[in-house]
Amino acid sequence: MDYVKLINCMRCGMCLPNCPTYKETFLETASPRGRVALVRKLKDGELDQSERLLEFLSLCLDCQACASSCPCGVNAGELVAEFTCERKSDTGLNFMEDLVLRKLVPHPDRLETSMVPMRMYQNTGLQKLVRTLGLLKIFPKPLERMEGLLPPLPARPLRQEIREVTPAIGTERGTVGFFLGCVMSLIFSDASRATIQLLTSLGYRVITPRNQVCCGAPNMLGGDLAGLKEAAVTNLSVFGGYDVDFIVTDCGGCGAELKKYGHHIEGEQAATFSAKVRDISQVLALHADELRAQLKPLALKATYHDPCHIAHCQGIRKEPRDLLKLVPGLEYREMESADACCGSAGTYNINRPEMSDRILKRKLDTIRDSGAQVLVTSNPGCLLQLKKGLADHLPQVKIMHLTEILSRSISG
Amino acid sequence: MQQSLIKELQTIVGEPYLLTDRESLAVYGYDSTPELERLPGAVLLPGTSDEIARIMRLCHGAGVTVTPRGSGTNLSGGSLSTGGVVIQTSRLNRIIEVDEENLTATVEPGVVTSALHREVEARGLFYPPDPGSMNISTMGGNVAENSGGLRGLKYGVTADYVMGLETILADGELLRTGGKVVKDVAGYSLNPLLVSSEGTLGFFSAITVKLIPKPQGKITMLAHFPELQDAALAVSAIIAAKVIPATLEFLDKVTIKCVEDYAHVGLPLDVDAVLLIEVDGHPVVIAEEAAAVAEICKKHRCSSFQTAQTPAEALKLTEARRTALSALARMKPTTILEDATVPRSCIAAMLKVIQDSARKHAVTIGTFGHAGDGNLHPTCLTDERDKDEIKRAHAAFAEIFDAAIAMGGTITGEHGVGLAKKKYLPKLVGESGIRVMKGIKQAFDPKGILNPGKIF
Repeated sequence: MDYVKLINCMRCGMCLPNCPTYKETFLETASPRGRVALVRKLKDGELDQSERLLEFLSLCLDCQACASSCPCGVNAGELVAEFTCERKSDTGLNFMEDLVLRKLVPHPDRLETSMVPMRMYQNTGLQKLVRTLGLLKIFPKPLERMEGLLPPLPARPLRQEIREVTPAIGTERGTVGFFLGCVMSLIFSDASRATIQLLTSLGYRVITPRNQVCCGAPNMLGGDLAGLKEAAVTNLSVFGGYDVDFIVTDCGGCGAELKKYGHHIEGEQAATFSAKVRDISQVLALHADELRAQLKPLALKATYHDPCHIAHCQGIRKEPRDLLKLVPGLEYREMESADACCGSAGTYNINRPEMSDRILKRKLDTIRDSGAQVLVTSNPGCLLQLKKGLADHLPQVKIMHLTEILSRSISG
Repeated sequence: MQQSLIKELQTIVGEPYLLTDRESLAVYGYDSTPELERLPGAVLLPGTSDEIARIMRLCHGAGVTVTPRGSGTNLSGGSLSTGGVVIQTSRLNRIIEVDEENLTATVEPGVVTSALHREVEARGLFYPPDPGSMNISTMGGNVAENSGGLRGLKYGVTADYVMGLETILADGELLRTGGKVVKDVAGYSLNPLLVSSEGTLGFFSAITVKLIPKPQGKITMLAHFPELQDAALAVSAIIAAKVIPATLEFLDKVTIKCVEDYAHVGLPLDVDAVLLIEVDGHPVVIAEEAAAVAEICKKHRCSSFQTAQTPAEALKLTEARRTALSALARMKPTTILEDATVPRSCIAAMLKVIQDSARKHAVTIGTFGHAGDGNLHPTCLTDERDKDEIKRAHAAFAEIFDAAIAMGGTITGEHGVGLAKKKYLPKLVGESGIRVMKGIKQAFDPKGILNPGKIF
């Protein structure tokens, strides 16, 4: 870790009002400024690597809202993640981390197989039975949370259905590589299908390499930098085989990670790859006029939730809103603090249920106040978290991925 | 700190709101002041003013010191404690009342300044003080430090708006001063004494401030000056022309570059200084004022004069200015900020002193600030690991303070004395000043438990 990054924090406190955990607790240890100080004091030998210190740091969502609001350019979220990586490279991964991050996540087929029992569980009516009888109470809490978060799964993961090359509709204007995120493929396949449809309808030939693997974001989250680098090397070589104008993703988390390959992996190939990565909204916004011509009216009030990985990590805020405003008849309602985290944050909502729920509640309140009927966002973690939150507390509000609502508008 | 005392404190605030672990204490050892750290004995986050009174009573009896803290954005080390109790006010964040008939608002000390702005502006009212850190600074801290802000030139500072205070004294007794009345000459005026007392006289539990009608319109302008001195002279000329802008901010070349790097608002990188000027009030009046400002700037050789076309554009400019201090930290890890203030006619002379001192001591000083009210923020960009440069920075500032005092100015316009400027205070107020202040302290806090070691 670069020590200068730590001492660059001048403790002005500009990050505090934007930090979800500080807003909930008012505790300095739960603030970006406090986290940077904790890591620094550890490096300076003023503090030991105590359980409590690690506990304080693990309260960070890594939403990076602090980075967006830091005039000195300090990224506290990233510093905590870097620190976790350093620590894990010393201690090694534990049994579960190794199982999930090394044996499961990097292998799409295993990941897909792992979902089969879940799908059966949902389809056979077992889920209904278990829920009715309250049987989940006998399982560990995290499992109960996970079960509750999961919406009905598609019949097959999109990766197994999609053609490697989907031709452009009409005149071909270019070729894009589609990075299909794991969760998008496994759970939100309709949204990614819509993404491909939008791209082809705008004249792009879409290549979805079959052998791409997870972007590595879960590894980074678990402090497994080596695992992230392995994923990056595989994906670089897979996509290196195609000549594409952009590498497009409709998953905010993947996009943020792919854009950082150039930072993690030395060499021109990684830099070129990262420079080509686009969030779907960035590509669609390039063709706003053509898109507008295809859109049919949707009489809806809609609001947009900025996924942290899109707003804070990639700095994309304008494009998704501009795209929504293209839809005729759609009344756009901006919610307060639209770029505040929803509490999903990877596996945070499972590991830190209490804090996650408090953050979610704040988000749901702002969604309610916006008066929107549809909540639009573009990251699977947010979709999972907010879908569950809305179902429980605001059932009248529906949730859609950005490409889903645009695709629906095209269908009319 | 004694275990029995900690137990009793815990009974008062409840277990989650008492922090005594090493890690927590370590991060309450700083505020926004560079180079200063102290280690408190315990941190408390009470939820009611009654709890504060009970904490005070207990600490008073035990002879344990108490230091108030809002969000820890203090710039003079005022919220640091050595071994004592730190009371963080954040949970006391209710806006108790907005009284539209008397034009007052009453708040708890932990209310964030900009939250009060939003609340009153939604009702067509206005609370002008707007310190740079207003999005996180608390009202209690603003009152304790008498915070200024960007609108100080026309609207004054926090002290000009405090009408009533409820203060918990060192022994836990409640002192009520002022209220909602506009006129009040009953006895000594204690409000002005408590405002800017930096936590050394009492702990505010409720604050009543004056509100004014929200100005109907505003025009935000930005003037580019190739020469620093021209910008400074333009400031004096604007005031001399009897135009009082709400905001008249100055940014020098170093600051412009840092702010632009962060905020990307289109500030010019090829000029020596810019002035950010905002006039507000009745649309007809501000149109005339804006025209006068434009003419004066042009007369003083500004190379470009822009007027914000939309409220969003204006907000972007003022928000960008708010980040100036932190943005300067992009250049070097340590930023030592001062707020020497001079009569506004001396702005040009002061800028020259700052430049000369920086050159003489071979340090980089970026200067920005509230030029219109004579309150500049020369900020030394340095690295705390470079002990020699830090020494030179302090030498430069010592000269700047001397010059400010010689011009009839002060060593601190809005950040407070705290720990950071203690040694310069006797130079400014003299022996008699210190004697009177100590006498006042004695009257309020004979046992000396309230924020000890600050100011003098």
